[in-house]
Amino acid sequence: MINWTNFVSQLINGLALGALLALISSGLTIIYGTLGVLNLAHGAMFMLGGYAGYMAYTATNSFIVAVAAGALALMVFGLVLERVVIRYFYSRPHEDQLLVTFGLSIVIVEAVRFFFGSETRNVPAPEALNGVVSLGFMIYPKYRLALVGIVAAALLALFIVLYRTRLGMIVRAGIEDPVMVDSLGINVYRVFMVVFGIGAMAAGFAGIANAPVVSLTPEVGEAILVQTFVVVVIGGVGSFPGAVLGGLIAGEIISITSMINPGYAYVMLFAAMTLVLMLRPHGLLGTPGRE
Amino acid sequence: MSSWAPAGRRAPFLLEIIIGACLIAAPFVLPYLGAAPNTVNRILVWGLFGIGFDILFGYTGLLSFGQSALYGTGGMVAAYLLTRAGFPHVITALVIGMVASAVVGYLVGLVALRRTGIYFAMITVAIAEVFYFVEFNPLSEWTGGENGLPGVPAPKIDLGFTVLNFSSGWKLYPFLAFCFFVGIVLAMRIVRSPVGVIFRAIRENPLRAAAVGHNIHGYKLTAFVIAAAYAGIAGGLLGVMQGFMPPDAFMFDTSGQLVMQTVIGGRGTLIGPVVGAAVWLFLEDILQGALKLGAAWKLVLGLVFVLLVCFLPHGIVGGIRGLIASSRRKRALAAPAAPAAPRPHANPPIPMRGRRRAADHAEGPILQAAGLTKRYGGVVANCDIDFAVTRGEIRGIIGPNGAGKSTFFKMLTCEVPPTSGRITFEGRDITGKGVTDVCQLGLTKSYQVNQLFNKLTVRENVTIAALGYLRGKFRLDLFGSMSSVAGLDDQVEHTLELVGLGGRREVPVAELAYGEKRRLEIALALASSPSLLLLDEPLAGMSPSERTETVKLLKSIAVGRTMIVIDHDMDAIFELAARITVLQEGRVLVEGTPEEIRNDARVQEAYLGGMDGELAA
Repeated sequence: MINWTNFVSQLINGLALGALLALISSGLTIIYGTLGVLNLAHGAMFMLGGYAGYMAYTATNSFIVAVAAGALALMVFGLVLERVVIRYFYSRPHEDQLLVTFGLSIVIVEAVRFFFGSETRNVPAPEALNGVVSLGFMIYPKYRLALVGIVAAALLALFIVLYRTRLGMIVRAGIEDPVMVDSLGINVYRVFMVVFGIGAMAAGFAGIANAPVVSLTPEVGEAILVQTFVVVVIGGVGSFPGAVLGGLIAGEIISITSMINPGYAYVMLFAAMTLVLMLRPHGLLGTPGRE
Repeated sequence: MSSWAPAGRRAPFLLEIIIGACLIAAPFVLPYLGAAPNTVNRILVWGLFGIGFDILFGYTGLLSFGQSALYGTGGMVAAYLLTRAGFPHVITALVIGMVASAVVGYLVGLVALRRTGIYFAMITVAIAEVFYFVEFNPLSEWTGGENGLPGVPAPKIDLGFTVLNFSSGWKLYPFLAFCFFVGIVLAMRIVRSPVGVIFRAIRENPLRAAAVGHNIHGYKLTAFVIAAAYAGIAGGLLGVMQGFMPPDAFMFDTSGQLVMQTVIGGRGTLIGPVVGAAVWLFLEDILQGALKLGAAWKLVLGLVFVLLVCFLPHGIVGGIRGLIASSRRKRALAAPAAPAAPRPHANPPIPMRGRRRAADHAEGPILQAAGLTKRYGGVVANCDIDFAVTRGEIRGIIGPNGAGKSTFFKMLTCEVPPTSGRITFEGRDITGKGVTDVCQLGLTKSYQVNQLFNKLTVRENVTIAALGYLRGKFRLDLFGSMSSVAGLDDQVEHTLELVGLGGRREVPVAELAYGEKRRLEIALALASSPSLLLLDEPLAGMSPSERTETVKLLKSIAVGRTMIVIDHDMDAIFELAARITVLQEGRVLVEGTPEEIRNDARVQEAYLGGMDGELAA
């Protein structure tokens, strides 16, 4: 089964999955880094983004509108959720933050199941990206290749926001020391709200961008959440570059192991995580002492 | 809040008897309330599963989202033995499943407990997912993959004259009820044992729990293994109850449901999980059956859970306890208030002495540091410090802010390793040891910023520290009582008297005045009977009268031990210390008697800025 073409196509699959994981994980990691809250509802938000996009798609038949709707709807959802629930948990113990976001993930998943049922929903790729493309020695689905580009563009946008704007500077400063940012006269709460919105948007965007590849079900976010955790542990909590690196590593591990035996994909992923924990407990690009 | 009562305050075995009575009454009462026997049995299995999880999460503060791995492991091992391997004896198989799960829990714990907090939660989720996939694919030959293992037999007990056959429904109930009863009685002993006390200490303040001499990693692993054992037996009982071991025991949903039931019922209460399971399963029946909500039942329960976490974080049992406590308090307030003011002791009690010194090293310095340097990146906090303290001495350390005093202390107590240099304590090289080991040797510190166990009472705080001294750094007296720790009460009472908190022993830390908290901070260090006590700014933030009191206290505890005191209060330091070391910019500026320091031009310059000669003159 293992031949050259197969291997390359799995490498590209891994790249697509890795880029996707990198995008979702960066959302998770900047939220944690800035707000100190590990958002267990992040997988559910990924799924919700897919469904928001699906609704827009059925209304307009436009994939581009669907992607915009998925991202924007989740941005708004994130802002509201921060204002209504998350904000009251900053002063509570970490365990309570985990519990409440876990509860929210259940509510989101079950609400979607209530309104859409458990059957799968499909958002087809746009016409231009349908079918396959010939790479000379092999053929590959067009949209999957495009997905790498789409997600890379989103990551780049996130990078620009984080590293080239005033807001990004405040966010990165907030990751280092929120108290100091607050005492500099910057309204930290507003920054927190925006960060939660951006993180949710990243998840939502990934959710709809991935919808043509994997059909939507209410459970689609659960597996993604677990993979995202591994990414964050490998890359280092609170580190944007760490999330990208960890995402690519995790994506390739899953893809290449799946080629040999899908049953061991998680085992290998877990082995990689354990290895990192043994050798660099704070993650590849993380800072020691940030729990 | 959960607390361990002083001996004799509670009727012995009252709770055990109540629980036993409830379990016996259940099959006679519940059918009239419309409860199906299978629902009741499921509640007991979830309740048993939850007891272990409550010890891990509610008591030790470790929130795991991966308990399904251990539940599934115990269940699969037992079910495999009973079905495929043809093992005849159900109870033995259940026990083997439990042991297997505990062993797996130990291994999983070794990995997961490398990190704490959110990392721990994420790692447990990931590990559980691995188990799920391994069960489905590589191990499906043994586990039946997605079909599970059907045909698990029911337990039978042959009494010679008759055979008790616990087939299913209410017939199986006595067997499950007995298992649950044994499980909860054992768990109640565990949480009341010294180990249980240390679990709570870890939940409240792991840093301080380690600093008073407890091997917290060992205790966390213990809690993890206990939780695994409970999960294992519960998983085995699940197979027995259903006659079939379902593969979905391994699913993330199982872990999630366990967490939610425990929180709904009340964490840190042991009976919370079974209450939560009852609420969950009854609501599921009602919402699905009577109200015909279909799949939406889980949405309703999810909303209930979120609201509970927001407004009633200690769950149903915790809420009821809170109500009882507040009504008790109201009654106590209505009664004429007894004067409970802390009494400043006119005759201070005989100070307890430090540990017996090692005879070989009776002479020479008790502590010696050579070439101690600490760099943080490019910042040099301490540079090439040579330092020695003689036995029985009180040494003062002063220096302007940022002189590296606290970093110096952190290196001496082995909280941070030095970049280079050596530390010798009582003739023993302690460089590179941990803070726990050093405390066990008799060197400890009171912190600049209070490190207390905030939700516990004054007495409980001191007890935790005294346990570190009396029990050593790790002991598994899981079923021992607190009264079996020889000398504990004396040590606690003596320490409380010494710091003048004898009248406040049952007050939670959160209700103490600032000065009292500072004294408790010192008491925690004292309770481990250090032969060398380091005090990091013991007077910081105190009023003048509190300062006078505390200086008196420090003098009284100095008898029979060596002390090093950092403070900015010059008068106090000059009064207390026989010798003073001045640090500046990470180096020793000068060392000498108070008189010498007072008159030293370099010291005056250091404090007055030095840049401006006219100001110093």
